Parts: sequence; C-alpha cells; structure tokens
Amino acid sequence: MITLDSKIPEGPLEEKWTRYKANAKLVSPANKKKLDIIVVGTGISGAPAASALGEMGYNVKVFCYQDTPRRAHSVAAQGGINAAKNYKNDGDSVYHLFYDVIKGGDFRAREANVYRIAEVSNQIIDHFTAIGVPFAREYGGTLTTRSFGGVQVSRTFYSRGQTGQQVLLGAYSSLVRQIKEGTVTMYPRREMLDLVVVDGKARGIVVRNLITGEIERHSAHAVVLATGGYGTIYYLSTLAVNSNASAAWNAYKRGAAFANPSFVQIHPSSVPQMNEFQSKLTLMSESLRNDGRVWVPKTKGDSRPPNEIPEEDRDYYLERRYPAFGNLVPRDVASRAAKERCDAGYGVGPTGLAVNLDFRDAIKKQGQKAIEEKYGNLFDMYKDITGIDSYTEPMRIYPAGHYTMGGLWVNYDLMTTIPGLFAVGESNFSDHGANRLGASSLMQGAGDGYFILPYTISNYLASEIKTPRINTDTAEFQEAETRSAEKIKRLLSIRGKQTATTFHKKLGKIMWDHCGMTRNEKGLTEAIGLIRELREEFWKDLNVPGRADELNQELEKAGRVADFLELGELMMTDALNRRESCGAHFREESQTPDHEALRNDDEYAYVAVWEYNGDEPPVLHKEELKFEFVELKQRSYK
Amino acid sequence: MNKILFSAVSKKFVMALAGLFLLLFLPVHLGINLMLLRSDPEPFNTAAHFMATFPLVKVVEILLILAIMTHITYGLIIQVHNWLSRPVRYAVRNKSDTSAFSRFMIWTGGSVLIFLVIHFFNFYFIKLGIVEGDPENFYAIAYQLFAVRGYAILYWVCFLILGFHLYHALQSAFQTLGWSNEFWKPVIRVISLIYSIVIPMGFAIIPLIIRFFK
Amino acid sequence: MKLKLKIWKQGDAHSRGSFVTYDLDGVAPEMSFIEMLTYLNETLIGKGEEPVTFEHDCHEGICGSCGMYINGYPHGPVKGLTTCLLSMRNFKDGETIVIEPWRAKPFPVIKDLMVDRNALDKIQQAGGFISVTTGAAPEANTIPVNKKNSDLAFDASVCIGCGACVAACKNASAMLFVSAKISQYALLPQGRPEGKERVRAMIAEMDRQGFGSCSNTGACEAQCPKQIKLFNIARLNREYYKAF
Repeated sequence: MITLDSKIPEGPLEEKWTRYKANAKLVSPANKKKLDIIVVGTGISGAPAASALGEMGYNVKVFCYQDTPRRAHSVAAQGGINAAKNYKNDGDSVYHLFYDVIKGGDFRAREANVYRIAEVSNQIIDHFTAIGVPFAREYGGTLTTRSFGGVQVSRTFYSRGQTGQQVLLGAYSSLVRQIKEGTVTMYPRREMLDLVVVDGKARGIVVRNLITGEIERHSAHAVVLATGGYGTIYYLSTLAVNSNASAAWNAYKRGAAFANPSFVQIHPSSVPQMNEFQSKLTLMSESLRNDGRVWVPKTKGDSRPPNEIPEEDRDYYLERRYPAFGNLVPRDVASRAAKERCDAGYGVGPTGLAVNLDFRDAIKKQGQKAIEEKYGNLFDMYKDITGIDSYTEPMRIYPAGHYTMGGLWVNYDLMTTIPGLFAVGESNFSDHGANRLGASSLMQGAGDGYFILPYTISNYLASEIKTPRINTDTAEFQEAETRSAEKIKRLLSIRGKQTATTFHKKLGKIMWDHCGMTRNEKGLTEAIGLIRELREEFWKDLNVPGRADELNQELEKAGRVADFLELGELMMTDALNRRESCGAHFREESQTPDHEALRNDDEYAYVAVWEYNGDEPPVLHKEELKFEFVELKQRSYK
Repeated sequence: MNKILFSAVSKKFVMALAGLFLLLFLPVHLGINLMLLRSDPEPFNTAAHFMATFPLVKVVEILLILAIMTHITYGLIIQVHNWLSRPVRYAVRNKSDTSAFSRFMIWTGGSVLIFLVIHFFNFYFIKLGIVEGDPENFYAIAYQLFAVRGYAILYWVCFLILGFHLYHALQSAFQTLGWSNEFWKPVIRVISLIYSIVIPMGFAIIPLIIRFFK
Repeated sequence: MKLKLKIWKQGDAHSRGSFVTYDLDGVAPEMSFIEMLTYLNETLIGKGEEPVTFEHDCHEGICGSCGMYINGYPHGPVKGLTTCLLSMRNFKDGETIVIEPWRAKPFPVIKDLMVDRNALDKIQQAGGFISVTTGAAPEANTIPVNKKNSDLAFDASVCIGCGACVAACKNASAMLFVSAKISQYALLPQGRPEGKERVRAMIAEMDRQGFGSCSNTGACEAQCPKQIKLFNIARLNREYYKAF
C-alpha cells in the first residue's frame, strides 16, 4: 500500500524552492562518477535531464525508441515557450505566470510545483539562448515575445511556428556534447519494456533492441522516465504515431502510482479525418483563431459549398456563445463547442465531423499578403494535406487528442511512489492540472530536466553513494526479462486475423466516443465493458507476423496496443470517479444551466492517484490540493 | 596535416584555385590567338616567341602546368572518392533538379583534357623540342591544322564542351571558395554565363573565319 | 486508385536485396504516401505476407524519420515536402512507383527501406553544439543579435536531419546538413568562441564517415524538404578556411 507524501517544503510560496535548494544534499564529484542514472526518452525533458546530469558528472545512460534523440516528438511543438521575463514591460512576473498556469489548469494542480516551474522559466530562456536556439528577435537585437493562449501578457518566446524543433535541437546539441565527453552513453532504437525494482527501489530497466530483437538489461542507481504522454491511445491524435505509454504503464504496474489519467487536452484545431486509413490528425496552430472565424451552417445538412452560403445562413457559434472571448476561447471550450455543433448535425465536410475556420473577413480587411505572412506555412501545409486552398475557401478543422495532463504521480522531488524512479515532463502529472495552457509544455519539460531534477535527484542519490554498481545478474532482472519475453512470445503465438493497427483503431474509437471531449456515467461504464471485450478479443485474434529476434515493427505496435488496452480502462475509471467538470474533463452531469463546465471544489479538489492492484480494481488515493496562495474561481469566457 | 590537405572541403578548395588560375590564363591565350586573324603572320609569331622566351612567362608557364596537373589529379581523387561514397546505385535515375552541366564535370573535363593532349602535341611539345616542327612559325601550323575539316570540327566541339565545363566551373569555384550568398549568387551566375560563352566563342570563331572568310 | 509498387526488400544489412512488385488496389487520393504504405502492409499481413519495413513517426514533416527515394526523387516529386506529407493526389491511377531506400555508403540499409543515419549524429557530436553548461548562461538579452543574422540562423537550423540531401547528391555528400549546423552557429555570436574547432571537427568527422565531396550541383537544395539554401555551403567553406 502506497502512502502519498508530496514533500512540499514549508514556508511562503516564493521561498519554497530556495529553501529546498539550500537544504538539498549534495554529491561530491568523485562519488558522482560512481553513480549511474538511466534516462528513458530524449524529448524536451529527457534530453535536458540527461545532458544536465552528464555535465554534473554522473554516469548517464539514455534510451529512445527513435534512431536518434533528435526525433522525439517535442520536435513538433509549434507555438512557443513561456517565461516570465517581462521583456514587453506589460506587468508580467513569476507570480502572474504561476497564476495563469494554475487558473488555466482549472485549479487542479499543486501550487508549489507550479510556482517553481514559473520561477525557473527565465533560466530556461537564458540557457536556450546561450546554446544557440534562434528565438525570434526585435530589430534592436533583443528577444521578442508574442501573446499566446488567451492570457493578458505577451510572454511566449518563439521561433516562427517551429519552437519545439528549435528548443529540442538545442537540447539535443547539449546531449551530443555530453555523449562526446563520455558522461552520457546513448542507446537509440531501444524500447523500454519493464522497470526493475530491487528491495523497493528502482534499479534498472529491461529494453528491447528494436534492430536485433534482443532483450537487454540495464541497471542504475536511479531511473528517470521522460517518456511523454499517451495521447496516441485515441489512435488519431496530434502525436507522433509511435509515441506510446508502455514505459510509464509498466512502471505503474511495478508500483508507481498514476495520477489523473483521464485529464487529456483535446486541441480544437487539427485537420479533420478524411478517411479510415488516416493515421494522424495534423495540428493547425492555435494562433489561426486570432484571424479565422469559426462557423457552421444554420441549417442541418446544408450541402452548399461554404462560399455559397450567405452570411445570414452562417452560425458563428463561438462568437454567439462567448461574446467576450469569441473565437479566442481556451482550447477545451472551443473543442467542446465544435463537438456540440457536429453532434447536433451541423458539421461540415464529407464526414460531417468538421467546422469551418474562415479567413475571408480577415483577408478582406488586412489583405491576403498580411495573412500569408502570418500563416503562410500553415496554409501551405493544409493545402498539401487536403488539397484545399484556404485563401479562397474556409479551412475545415476538428478537435483532436493532443496532450495528457495526467501521468505518473510525483512528489515535489519529481519522484514517483517507487523510490529512485523519477518522472519528468509530460510523463508526470504535476504542473498543468486539468488543462494545459498554450506554450507551457516546453517550459515544464525543459524546466524539469535542466533546472529541477538535477537538484532533486542529487538529493536522493546522496544516500546512495555507498551502493555499489547494480548487478544485472540477479533474480529481479531475470524476472523482468522473463516477463517481457513471455509477453512477446504470447503476442506472437496468437496468429489470429486482426492486426495491431485494427485493434488500435477500435480502441481509439471507444476512447474518443466515451472518454474524449465530454464524458458521462453511462458512456464510461459501457466503455469499460467494451474495452474489456476488446482486450479479450485482442489476446485471441491478434495477428503479428514475423519473429521476436528480428526487426519487427508489427510486434512493436502490438506491445504498445496491449498496454493501451489496459491504460484505457484506467482512464475510464478515473473519468467515472470524477463527477465534476474541470478543465478538459467535462462530465455532462456537472454543467451549468447554459451548458458550461461546473467544477465541484468541495468534493473534487484533489489529485486522483491510482495504485495498481493486479487483477483487482486499482486503488484510489487522494492527494488533497490545498490552495493557500490563490483563491479558487470558476472560469468564465462569456 | 593529411586530413586538412585532403579533407572534402580542402580538396575542392585546391581544385577551385587551380581552376580559377587556368581561367585567368584563357583570355591571354585568346588574345594571342586572335592575332591569327591578321594576314600578316608576324604579330602572332612574335607573341608566340615572346611567350616562349620571356623569363617571367616561364615562371607562369610552370605554374600553369602545375595548376593543370593539380586540377586533374584532385579532380580524379575527388571523383573516385565520390563514386565510392555510393557503392549501391539507385535503380531509377536521380531526377532531382540540378544546375545544368554540373553532373558531367568529370566527362566535360576529360574531353577538354583529351583536346589538351592533342593541342600539346601540335604546339607546346614542338616548343619544348619533344615533337618535330618549327617553333618560330606556329602561325603556319595553325593554318595547316584548321585547313583539315576534321580538326576544325573537333576544335569546335571541344570548345563547346569547354563552355559547358566553364559555366559550372566558375560558379562552383566561387561557391567553393565561399564567395557566394543570396545576393551574389545570381550575379555570379551571369558572370559565369558571359565568360563561358565569350571565351570559347572567341576561340571557336578563329577557325570559322579562317575556313570560310579567308 | 490502383498502383503497381516496386519496392526494395532486403532482410538485413548483410543480406542481398531485390525489388518486389506489389499490386495495390483501393488507394485513396487523400492518403499520404506513408498511409498508402501502411495500407499496403495491412493487406500484406492479411494475406500472410511479410510487411515492408520503413520509418515514419510525426506525420507532419518535422521529425525527419521518414524518407525514401520515390521514382528518382528523395521524398518524392513534390518540392519542399517530406514523404509523410506527400499526398497520393500527386500520382496517377495505374502508375508504377519505384521505391528505394536512401543510398549512401554511410547509410547502410537496416531492412527494406530503413537505413542507418547514425553518421549524421556522429557529425553533430563532433562539434555541433555550443559548450555552455546548464546554469552558466548569462541573461538572454545580454548579447544582442542582429535580426537578419538571427533569421538566417533560423533558416539554417530548421534542418530535420532526414538525410534527403545525402540521398539526392550524386556524391552522397552531407555538406548541406553540415553547413546548416555550421551556419546556425556561425551567424550567432554565441557560436563564435569555438567556431574554428567546430568546423574543423565536423568536416573531419564527415570525411571519416565516408560522405562524398560537394560538386555544387544543387540537388540537395532542390530536394531538401525544409528548403535549406545552398549558400550555407559557401558559408561553411568560408568558415573552414578561416579556421586555419
């Protein structure tokens, strides 16, 4: 039975992190060399963590499933990275950034953690600039910012629409520098299959070499998971198709508790699904809503081409419902509104599952050139994918699964409920509450990796300096390896009729229909049954060709889907438990008379933390969220 | 040291320098050749004599020979290395857009080399005394050669090929030496085009006039 | 749409490969090239045949995983696109499409259309970084950077490391890749202190990996999905000469 101790330092909000650092234990340089750390994942939290720990002198081993760390999906983040620099002199401060993240997360995140990430945000910008990330600049040569995600200040640093790529490649460059120095050893094309726990502490991992199929054992004094989110559980999402939950999920099964698994952000603007073969919903940046107007026809099934529908027959539903914020309402609100219209039968496009994002008025007002300058690359990408020219015809968009706020539960040290197992970036649950604010994911990932974990992991490792290098030739490693090998053997032995992708699509549909933008008790209960049936079918009728001891992409997919099939049920269970609407989690039973989300702070101001319990239902633990420094308010965009 | 002299960039640097030096020599050679168009053989023969005997020209001549040797040797080394860089070739021909003629530099260069060897036998080796002939009357030798139709055609074809070679060579040399950016690139292209048309045309026009207008 | 696909199949790095022809019916024009191949694989698995191995991940042209040589073009016939963004609208019904892996000595085939591009990591590892330790950075606005240079640095830094430049080059040269990284750092004051060591180390590593020389043909620029410009190579050359 786990006990939750969030280990938040005493004292005023703005002194907590300073006090923590002052009291954290240190490890001498001579001892650092003797300590091994495993980092799984090389995105915007893993690469910073690994390089920072390598610079400190630890012996770091890094793993990723891609051929090179530079391909982690953080590379696809578009908008930017927040920091409280106040370069625009618009009154920004660490406190304002903290408050916006807490409020954006609908008051379901831990105050101390959020304040800390806001505190280190400025250092992140300094560091990225120093290692050569080309952020956008003013003519005077200083850095510039833009406003993003519906906040009142301009605090988002960016590199055109490719900020994620630029900061990830920056982090990658510091990672390869450490690989050259010899402090970091890189293990690409490895997929983590299991976590090894020895005497209650995380001591290593078991991975599959994706080229040879060999199962390898790797040991360390501490293990860091930087494995990202699980949005691909919906099959169609804005994530890379190989992103998966397996590392985090298997850590959960070894005893790391999972927090708020049902908190998933659905991004309102992605290219809609066009056919059943589609594998991905490409994101169209949130910034488009600055100039585009969202509408659907006023009459159901109006099949006229969009340009022939006159003004009086158009329903600009966001402007109608939310006169104050209009098209700029937060992501979760915009997503739900689109779904509501489409479910009511007003959707456009061949599937009826899309709404128009129209630039006609903006082009009329500002000229095509101005629009081209702002969004040219997005319009081009949209045309490449759909063949539609958005300068003359509205874009069609639809919401898509994007970011998972839920993840492994961590305390203030970023340590999970397994001692020695840390989780950083999107893989943990800590900072975004029930909804993530735009441009905060890069901030949190990089902040965790560069400026928080190095302190907290040293604090832990200071008590491990007497532990000799961990031997992999032990019963615990053997057990983990056997477990993994047996799962692979089982997947390969079914030889049924349906491919892993088929099951993934079926699971995705269940998740999307019942645990997507809106949820209700009946749907969730039903969906749990559906997932169980699907899981049974999976283990009876899966078809994985090939062998275990070779490069086998179908086997990789099957292993990931097997884990998703279990995670899906936990997400449903969590969504069912939370009978309130907060952030991205919208329970139909909990809404205001005019259909807006209704939070229930009296009963649900807690983090739902789930402990694995074998074949029995998972055990719910609650971490009460105490708001000592901010006042809880209901969000309103009317 | 080897790594520096024979790095992928240095090899091209040496080639470009040697090539540019040869490009400087071509207008001088053309200037002298144009004297062939005069009916009086004296100016041409005097110039040829001057080129053969003046001590400073001697130094330049050695440099020229060195430049040719270097250009060829490095060209071959680079080419062999380049071929080895793709041991398994594509089944479908590469259709990527490339600047015209750049793919065939080794072949156009080779053709020019063959002409150069013939040219050496006809003139330069006579001067050196390796091949028999009158080094004081190149004017007459030139007229005799141009009178042969086959030789004249070979001459024209070779200068056409040289033009192709030069058009890419000049742009490439600027790029290799690092003298190119967004602004200068189109300018360099025009300069290369003019040079690669004017110089080979200048040479090619001589047998044309001699054969048809004299 | 109905297609005839001629695809390179090779068991592993050591075995001999050959082309295998597949007839594929039911291709939708709005599929991406990757989705078309996934669809092919689903049909192959259904028939009990071995699927085709190829790499892809983000499906939005930014991770650099995908890449194949399609009918004589790296990433296919449309400029400025990765394979994952290449739509099947660009092909005709009944067309034969020949798909080959990237071919270069430093890119050995791992299986079918998947090649090992680790050589590019090795080049970056040799010097493609600015040696600033975490925590040592000065305040970001301490060093002003000329906006034009900053924009040019960005234009170079958008390289996704897919290797199309190498695949397109007749010499399998990696100069465009290297020049993108060198340019990014050469244009920023932060990159200057170790500029000389960087360019020497990266060029030496490029040679060690067995890439060819640059013939300035421009095939790399034409095929680069991120449209990185050739004059970055001129800048690389300049930086290299200055390094001695």
